[in-house]
Amino acid sequence: MKTLATVLSVAAALLLCALLLVTTGFSPAGALRSIYDGSLANGTALTSTLLYTAPLLLVAVGTCVSTRAGVFSIGQEGQVLIGCFTGAWFALRLAVAGPLMLVVVLLAAAAGGALWAWLSALMYRWRGVNVVVSTLLMVFVAQQLIAFSVGQAWFLQQSKGDKAVVAPQSNQIPEAARLPSFGEYPHISVNLGLIVAVALTALVAVVLARTAWGFRLRLTGLSPAAAQHTGVRTARVTALALVISGAFSGLAGALMLASPIGTYRLQPGMSSNIGWDGLLVALVARNNPWLCAPVALLFGVLRAGGSFLSATGVPFYLVDVVKSLLVLALVVPPVLTGLLRRRPAAVAPQPPVPVEV
Amino acid sequence: MSLAFDTEIILSSGVRLATPLAFAALGEYVAERAGCLNISVEAMMLGAAFGSVAVASATGSATLGLLAGVLIGALIALVHANLSHRAEINTFVVGLALNTLVLGLTSYFIASSGFGSHQVAQVRIPVLEDLPVLGSPLFVERWPVYLLLVLVPLTWWLVSRSRWGLELRAAGENPAAADVTGIHVNHRRRQAMLWCGLMAGLGGAHLAVGEVGSFSQNMTAGRGYIVIAAVIFGAWRLGRTLLGCALFGLADALRLALPALGVTLNSQLLAAAPYLLALVAMLAFVASSREPRSLGQPFERSS
Repeated sequence: MKTLATVLSVAAALLLCALLLVTTGFSPAGALRSIYDGSLANGTALTSTLLYTAPLLLVAVGTCVSTRAGVFSIGQEGQVLIGCFTGAWFALRLAVAGPLMLVVVLLAAAAGGALWAWLSALMYRWRGVNVVVSTLLMVFVAQQLIAFSVGQAWFLQQSKGDKAVVAPQSNQIPEAARLPSFGEYPHISVNLGLIVAVALTALVAVVLARTAWGFRLRLTGLSPAAAQHTGVRTARVTALALVISGAFSGLAGALMLASPIGTYRLQPGMSSNIGWDGLLVALVARNNPWLCAPVALLFGVLRAGGSFLSATGVPFYLVDVVKSLLVLALVVPPVLTGLLRRRPAAVAPQPPVPVEV
Repeated sequence: MSLAFDTEIILSSGVRLATPLAFAALGEYVAERAGCLNISVEAMMLGAAFGSVAVASATGSATLGLLAGVLIGALIALVHANLSHRAEINTFVVGLALNTLVLGLTSYFIASSGFGSHQVAQVRIPVLEDLPVLGSPLFVERWPVYLLLVLVPLTWWLVSRSRWGLELRAAGENPAAADVTGIHVNHRRRQAMLWCGLMAGLGGAHLAVGEVGSFSQNMTAGRGYIVIAAVIFGAWRLGRTLLGCALFGLADALRLALPALGVTLNSQLLAAAPYLLALVAMLAFVASSREPRSLGQPFERSS
């Protein structure tokens, strides 16, 4: 019943999108075709899909960790940006040669994201500031911090060189700081970022499911009171979960900076909503790290295919519509079937249950 | 140019930038007092801005457009409220999905079709408009601005003095206790969200057919989030929330006007100010803050 409901509501969402296309004078088949051409049709397209999948997966897996611990954070977008920022700063300011440079950039980005999330954890610990609110507000602070840093010559603004106009962006990061790709371009080429993302996904899945620490984390998320009774230091677990989620988002930021998605420069808006999308991926995957991979791939397909849409005249923004309708279609049915099943039970008289307030 | 003239210009643009925030903040204030940390204000404002210009273009009446905008805000609120308080899906996720959906839809439509320019009428208050400095910023405005004179006291009375408001606040503070006394918590929350939708819709529509006169892609540009910041900055008190809106409107006006006046003040800092101020306010006023104790937490009857 659950599967049927999901299939039906996804079909309804897609039908709505088709209707939208038809009423605005475009062909749904054409749009589908161009999304396919841009994302899956050949090696180059698949490569670009995988490039987007990697940071989405990282953000989503990080979100799984914090949500499983019962901390709901919506600041991933800001943490991604801070990851871009610290990664770029170390890449441009630190003269390390060889592969060590890449390691430094990745670690710096993860540390940056972790630090940004830690500030929210700290505000909660210190003054009880609502985590949802503080992580949300920190997104906008991060955006302005990036805009500021690339607008100041002494900070990260592009050095002038022979050009008269300096754009609000940083210099390109050096070759050594970029993530290498494996494979030739006419065929699929796999970026190191994807390998890192998949490896970390497996690691998180195993740690959450199989280790004592993972159990304590899940217990904290399911029932903080029970966790505390059994001796889990819940405050420490939740803070650490939030910091880990920040580190994953920061690492995703490094991927945005150091893989061929962007221009290898720090630019305002370079996170291109990967943080928000990653959060939605985790949600659709029901905070299951393994499930995050296929969902991230689906979102990657939409992102890579979306750039081909404009070739058929369909505005690129259709992708946002498809994406959000799909999210709603995947989230609503289990709840609805649950409600339908629960209703008869709720009517039947039940013995009073003592409520702990 | 004189100092008085500069002040008048900045004040007047500050008022213009603050009024859409103030409308939406009236809604968000009520929603948060009921315990709904509603992050789809952005969607409500943007959807309403689009709807108001679309209807104004179709009918030629900016007033009808304004009305349509309010209804669209309410519609989005109903979707959000039913998904998060009836179907019990995580309210932040619903909010984010709605924000993306509305941004995508409005950008899609505006990219494939254009709208004409429509604006509601301007009202000049005689005599007062001639006041120095304050005259034109406060007394020469598009007429919806004056709705604030009615809506602010009404909102205050609804929340602070009416029985409905008492039940609403109970739902936000201690839903379990409210439930025991016979208050239908999720009904109250849905009603609070509806009010939020109406007000945020009015804010967005006022931005489009009141102040600007047309729609452009993502024209609310994060104003919904500023509104959330304003309520937090206001420590969940109506007066302080509106003060926050005024402050943030003024900061925005300064950010736009200062370069022209030859003053160099960091524009990124001014843009980040609302969010930083909200964070500082949360850190500083925590003792006296009236944050609804169950803000953002879903309520499900346990028996």
